[in-house]
Amino acid sequence: MTGSSLQDWTTGEQKLVYQRCASCQSTWYFRRAFCPHCGASDVLDAHASGKGQVHALTLVTRAPTEEMRAHAPYLIVLVDSDEGFRLMAHGEPSLAIGSRVRCGFRTLAGKLIPYFEKDHA
Amino acid sequence: MSWIAGVGMTSYGKLPGRNTLDLMSDAASAALHDAELERKDVDGLICGYSTTFPHLMLSTSFVEHYGLRPSYAHSVQVGGATGFAMVMLAHYLVEAGAARNVLVVAGENRLTGQSRDDAVRTLAQVGHPVYEVPLGATIPSYYALVASRYMHEHGVSEEELAELAVLMRRHASAHPGAQFREPISVQDVMASKSIAAPLKLLDCCPVSDGGAAFVVTRDPTNAFRVRIIGVGQAHTHQHISAAESLTQFGAKASVERAQEMAGVELADARYVAIYDSFTITLTILLEEIGLAPRGQAGVRAREGYFNRDGALPLNTHGGLLSYGHCGCGGAMAHLVETHQQMTRRAGTRQVKDASLALLHGDGGVLSSHVSLVLEAK
Repeated sequence: MTGSSLQDWTTGEQKLVYQRCASCQSTWYFRRAFCPHCGASDVLDAHASGKGQVHALTLVTRAPTEEMRAHAPYLIVLVDSDEGFRLMAHGEPSLAIGSRVRCGFRTLAGKLIPYFEKDHA
Repeated sequence: MSWIAGVGMTSYGKLPGRNTLDLMSDAASAALHDAELERKDVDGLICGYSTTFPHLMLSTSFVEHYGLRPSYAHSVQVGGATGFAMVMLAHYLVEAGAARNVLVVAGENRLTGQSRDDAVRTLAQVGHPVYEVPLGATIPSYYALVASRYMHEHGVSEEELAELAVLMRRHASAHPGAQFREPISVQDVMASKSIAAPLKLLDCCPVSDGGAAFVVTRDPTNAFRVRIIGVGQAHTHQHISAAESLTQFGAKASVERAQEMAGVELADARYVAIYDSFTITLTILLEEIGLAPRGQAGVRAREGYFNRDGALPLNTHGGLLSYGHCGCGGAMAHLVETHQQMTRRAGTRQVKDASLALLHGDGGVLSSHVSLVLEAK
């Protein structure tokens, strides 16, 4: 599924969106109007499956703000998506590097965020 | 060719009542005195930035405040790499003939000039404002993500990371200006409270007040003969989510550029000053640059390799981890100490041979790299 300006969790939709270059086929996460690898401007927005693998993780005890402190400790993960892009998100505490995961969504300090759980499928 | 004619810095830690311009002034006066120069001799000024005094024109503010009339002045911002980036620029300005005596200065009351939460929140902004910061990510958490992956791939233990904090504290105990001087053990580091696992409080550098300055000149101005012979940079990403690798950054490329310019090999270095915002930062930089085999930095620290009297003395003032971290001035303390060592003024900390020094700093989350090679004549 592709389009020109798909909504995702950063605007309150329960979706993960990534971008793909129609010229060189590379994928990435931070939105822009051109490909950061080859410079081409034929960029496609796409919904991600939400499936991937944990690349790195940290349990944060020292939160940055009073609002966030209410939720600490929380697990921050970097996930390698099956589509080939990497993203930062929260995850359930039992995750480990290499865990197969799927993405859900939760609310943190009033904002929607991606939250990964173990994929038992 | 350029020379580091003089250096100066304050003690780091709690310096209540001193604001950004005060700390910059203190450091500038010390550096000018060291170089045997006066304000009127300064024709180039390079400043960093201060989170407690965010200003569009910090260098011009300092020109007015301190009483300078340079023909060239502006600020530089690449996070923790700023200090060495300013030196690199000063070197090129002198080589180009744009300035003869360049004052490089930074200072910040990062500890007493704001609340702890403000400091943590401000620094977290090196993360992505849309995709990372809303997750409650902090600087320690970005580095902790890197640590988790690095430890996974290279079999490094938390105890081995802790060895670098112990080493920095041991070095700081011999410097009267250091923020933390009480010796610590691996057990102390392991028992300190968790910040962002696997990083604990004593794996993290403190927040400090402080200022540091150098004078980079075309000609020697005193008896010191410390020459800048190689400079290099590498920039790969800003945000850790967008880094190509969590175990391989731009450090090696940056150092190789500086080495090539200097015409020296890594093995020629007699003293090293390496950025150490966290124990994992120092571990990765030492290993990527090639100053320790992969997974062995902590082991080398434990065995005394990086001691004052070891094979390759490292950050003998105590580094960011124990001398302190006041922003741009943080890594500048590494260069001040290197200069003290190269001019044989380090007193009880003096190493046997600091004739060729390699310095490396990083900004962001191992995002921005700057390397310097200095030679004592």
